[in-house]
Amino acid sequence: MAKPMPSEAANEFIPGWEMVIGLEVHCELKTRTKLFCGCTNSFGHEPNTNICPVCLGLPGSLPVINESAVELAVRIGLSLNCKVDESIFHRKNYFYPDMPKDYQVSQYERAINENGYLELPLSKKMVRIERAHIEEDTGKSTHVGGGGGRIHGADHSLVDYNRAGIPLVEIVSAPDLRSADEAREYVSELRAILVASGASDGKMEEGSLRVDANVSVRRLGSEEFGTRCEIKNLNSLRSLVRAIEYEAQRQVELINSGERVIQQTRHWNEDQGVTTAMRSKEEAYDYRYFPEPDLVPLSPSDEWIAEIQGRIGLLPAARRERMASLFASVSAGSTLDQIVTAVGLGLDDLVVAAVECGADPKLALARATNEVASDIGNLSNLTVANFSDLLMMEFESKLSATQAKTVLSKMLESGSGPQEVAKSLGFEALDASILEGLVDQVISGSPKEWERFSMGEDQLSGFFIGQVMKLSKGRADGKAVTSILRSKRA
Amino acid sequence: MANLAKLALSEEEELMYTGQLAAILDHARDIMALDTADLSPTAHPLELRNVFRRDVETPSLDRDEVMSQAPAAEEGRFMVPRILGEAP
Repeated sequence: MAKPMPSEAANEFIPGWEMVIGLEVHCELKTRTKLFCGCTNSFGHEPNTNICPVCLGLPGSLPVINESAVELAVRIGLSLNCKVDESIFHRKNYFYPDMPKDYQVSQYERAINENGYLELPLSKKMVRIERAHIEEDTGKSTHVGGGGGRIHGADHSLVDYNRAGIPLVEIVSAPDLRSADEAREYVSELRAILVASGASDGKMEEGSLRVDANVSVRRLGSEEFGTRCEIKNLNSLRSLVRAIEYEAQRQVELINSGERVIQQTRHWNEDQGVTTAMRSKEEAYDYRYFPEPDLVPLSPSDEWIAEIQGRIGLLPAARRERMASLFASVSAGSTLDQIVTAVGLGLDDLVVAAVECGADPKLALARATNEVASDIGNLSNLTVANFSDLLMMEFESKLSATQAKTVLSKMLESGSGPQEVAKSLGFEALDASILEGLVDQVISGSPKEWERFSMGEDQLSGFFIGQVMKLSKGRADGKAVTSILRSKRA
Repeated sequence: MANLAKLALSEEEELMYTGQLAAILDHARDIMALDTADLSPTAHPLELRNVFRRDVETPSLDRDEVMSQAPAAEEGRFMVPRILGEAP
């Protein structure tokens, strides 16, 4: 969750210096099959079980592009306010065994989506999107015989081509980000957009979303860019922030000690918290790009683009507005933060549906962004009806706040309804007559306090509530006890 | 060249392909001699656009059969020699 930190303050990571960050985000598209062949697009299969002559680059095989992949790429472009235009494919040639063809099909000169923007939800900053182009993913290499699975010192490598040919869209931002926190906010928002548009499942932990960060530093007030380094292997938002902060610090120290930054690709080492040099950065000509002769240009018609536009669901900005409309007013602060979190985690549908069932919006948002968010893997165990029933029970004081949180956690674990869980935990609200009996018992045991309370010493209600709680072993509801006390006094 | 492409050619074939390759190179030289300053680049020789495939699964190859064709394999994966340098 991005902290609402004003960018001016965040810039001051080292007084007098500013970070300049551009991000390249690779997003796997949620299609059934690969980009150029009918092999299945899914994660976690046995190595090399989803391969065919096309994705193995066998002689005589020809690629044919997957229409769904193009549609999802257009959805991404439209969601990022890009111009969707005619585009062509190029071969990006290189010597590395992760592509059996020795090249990757990508879009180089004319990308399907160009010149868009994304607005950061908290700081409201506009980040320009240079392009969002289609390309194929590469295979996965495992290096054997070296230390820690790295190439250096390895005897040989093993390659799995299940991932080779999975459709990707690479989203390239302009160097508009000025702090690690802004970078995190950008990736969170982008992820939410990709999920909401139906293009991706957004799972960073499974590699569906992979981020490379281009980082440079410059003296505050300078208009020129410094020499940048590209950081790879950023597998979580936490690594992204740590790696950017480390790298910017490293570059400032280099410059301060009279050395210069060398343009290169660097690898983030999560365990040691450092970036290390991988290789000097390639220039485009190293890849000998040339037009892919086996694929014809893509030219989505205006009609098709309009159709696709109609199939994009509510995007995060609209989702946040919809949530904000549940409240009388939303100023910056905890409610806005919770709304951004709920939308970012895809919990807003749940909150809105619960409120439609009669739940209190504030309570629904709080429980969703705390208890539900902390066990989001079990979200499928929670129905809207059960969630809103729980919120009603808490709102009507049948459960205390602490009890409601416990019940909700158990509901997420087990999939059971709130009444059932509350009963099994002994959280059932006491029957009104039983509660009244307990109140009577306390009153007759404390006649002096009762007399003072009857004379108008309201602060003594706390004493009575405490006593009733003790007798009921915490099952009494404070509000209900107060109203019984008031009625007895009158 | 046959060596690079790992093709076992007979002497006759080598002679035939050398002649064909020379003709191709000659043709390329002819094209390079043309003045193309006023021509816009062609992305594809055919006037086709949007040739699509539906997003429907087709069977993949049998892994054992594929691995039997590979120069070396281990644990269901292709084995390649030590890689010099890092991933692109």
